Amino acid sequence: MNFLILSLIKAAIVAFVLMTTLAYLQWIERKVIAHIQLRVGPRRVGPHGLLQPLADVIKLLTKEDMLPSHVNKVFYFLAPFVAVTFALIAIAVIPFGPEITIGPVHTYMQLTDINIGVLFILGLSGMGVYGVALAGWASNNKYSLMGGLRSSAQMISYELPMALAIAAPLLMLNTLSFRELVNGQAGYYLGFIPRWAIFQGPFPQIFSFLLFLIAAFAETNRIPFDLPEAENELVAGFHTEYSSMKFAAFFMAEYANMVTVSCVGTLLFLGGWQPIFPAALGSNFVPSLVFVIGGLICLYHGFHPARPFDRITLPIAGVVFLGIAAAFVAPVLGPILVPLFWFASKVGVILFLYIWVRGTLPRFRYDQLMRFAWTFMFPVAVANLMITGLLVALTA
Amino acid sequence: MDVILFLIFAAIAVICAVNLVVQTHPISSALSLVGVMGALAALYLLLGGEFIAAAQLVVYAGAIMVLFVFVIMLLNAGREQKSKKRSWVKFAGIPLLLVLLGLISFLVQSVIPETEGVTLGGFTHGTALDIGRALFTTYLLPFEVTSILILIAILGAIVLARKEID
Repeated sequence: MNFLILSLIKAAIVAFVLMTTLAYLQWIERKVIAHIQLRVGPRRVGPHGLLQPLADVIKLLTKEDMLPSHVNKVFYFLAPFVAVTFALIAIAVIPFGPEITIGPVHTYMQLTDINIGVLFILGLSGMGVYGVALAGWASNNKYSLMGGLRSSAQMISYELPMALAIAAPLLMLNTLSFRELVNGQAGYYLGFIPRWAIFQGPFPQIFSFLLFLIAAFAETNRIPFDLPEAENELVAGFHTEYSSMKFAAFFMAEYANMVTVSCVGTLLFLGGWQPIFPAALGSNFVPSLVFVIGGLICLYHGFHPARPFDRITLPIAGVVFLGIAAAFVAPVLGPILVPLFWFASKVGVILFLYIWVRGTLPRFRYDQLMRFAWTFMFPVAVANLMITGLLVALTA
Repeated sequence: MDVILFLIFAAIAVICAVNLVVQTHPISSALSLVGVMGALAALYLLLGGEFIAAAQLVVYAGAIMVLFVFVIMLLNAGREQKSKKRSWVKFAGIPLLLVLLGLISFLVQSVIPETEGVTLGGFTHGTALDIGRALFTTYLLPFEVTSILILIAILGAIVLARKEID
């Protein structure tokens, strides 16, 4: 098939899935945090609040777009564009699965594989800071400016340990292309321990994975490092003066960055779409099993309803789950969906960690944040890189 | 296709470079410089120097320019004051500029020997592997000397900054 048509189809699928994920990630976040805090979370719009993201999007689109009189107009408009553009471009180099065959077409589940994929992501994450910094500065407001300044200082500081943490698994796997990184993590020790970078010899990358996670929290401005928008000090930080879709653009950029960082963590450290135990031991049936159990639970509660609505909603959900379970063992769909399941579940675990941390940890103080980056993260990352390099050189 | 892309990015680079000089506000100038860096990275990529392109993006556009923008914001630098131009500058400026450009292009043409020119995508030794191998074998000594120079510069910066705090 024509390269252009194939790329367009893939881009459309990826864009649709990414946008849906971004919208529902926010719903999941609200639900999870609600349950952590013993609340029920959104449940007015649709069953269990499932249509809440849609309502939010309509609300954001139709709200009045305020233009404060004191802003620097060019940069005020430019900032949300910059933020959201660089956040969304990064998904282009992320592979979601291995090579697949649909009829006569062979293709990779990835928009483009470039030899410098990892560096490309690092470059984009460096560019993303302009959105936040410009928004803070162009708003011409001291709280916004403080937010923008904090953000740029924080990004510069945490990019160092992040890059050093990323460099260590690259040394072991000896490539910069995401697809080859995942291929380098295939296989098992003793037949059941996966050769993911966090388990792989000569030096398991568990420390650099932890460093990467901490730095990722800071790079995406999430609690406990969300000082650029600390609401009890800075109103809303860099996006105080933004409303309507421009505010939504910053929101979307933050969630897109979270998804990208989780994908990069999965690909570099958790073996991408490699299953947690080999197919010989039946790992291909795990996704089906998960969905069958989920479907049966839904059906059981549908027939013993606790609330009147459950009589309708839960059996439908149960049948859908059973259908998905059947798709995982279907002849053509199965080989496509199973790697996708492993990839998505690993990304989901990291995203859940983001939400979990937001629900449990308090915010750092700004000086603590900086001291932590320079006096703890940076030396540990350098030591980790040197040990990895030494062991790789000795065993090569 | 390559030529079209080259022209687009070359135009962006030149426009941003001119904008950098014309703008009176430091933030606008700094962001124009970011535009130049980004366009240059795209041009390197077109030529096949993919590692250089990534380094350009990460180091210049991503790190150094963020620091510039940060400092400009921190000092809250305002618009530049325009000094009054002398009358002869208005008339002689553009002709003299053209003469300068002409001289430079003449010098470049006469000094640099004739080559076949560059073909887009013709260069295939731009990968991280090639660059690393060249840096640590052929150019090991210059590389290490530069590293030490940078280290000294960092130490110097720390010493100078500390003196002011005390």
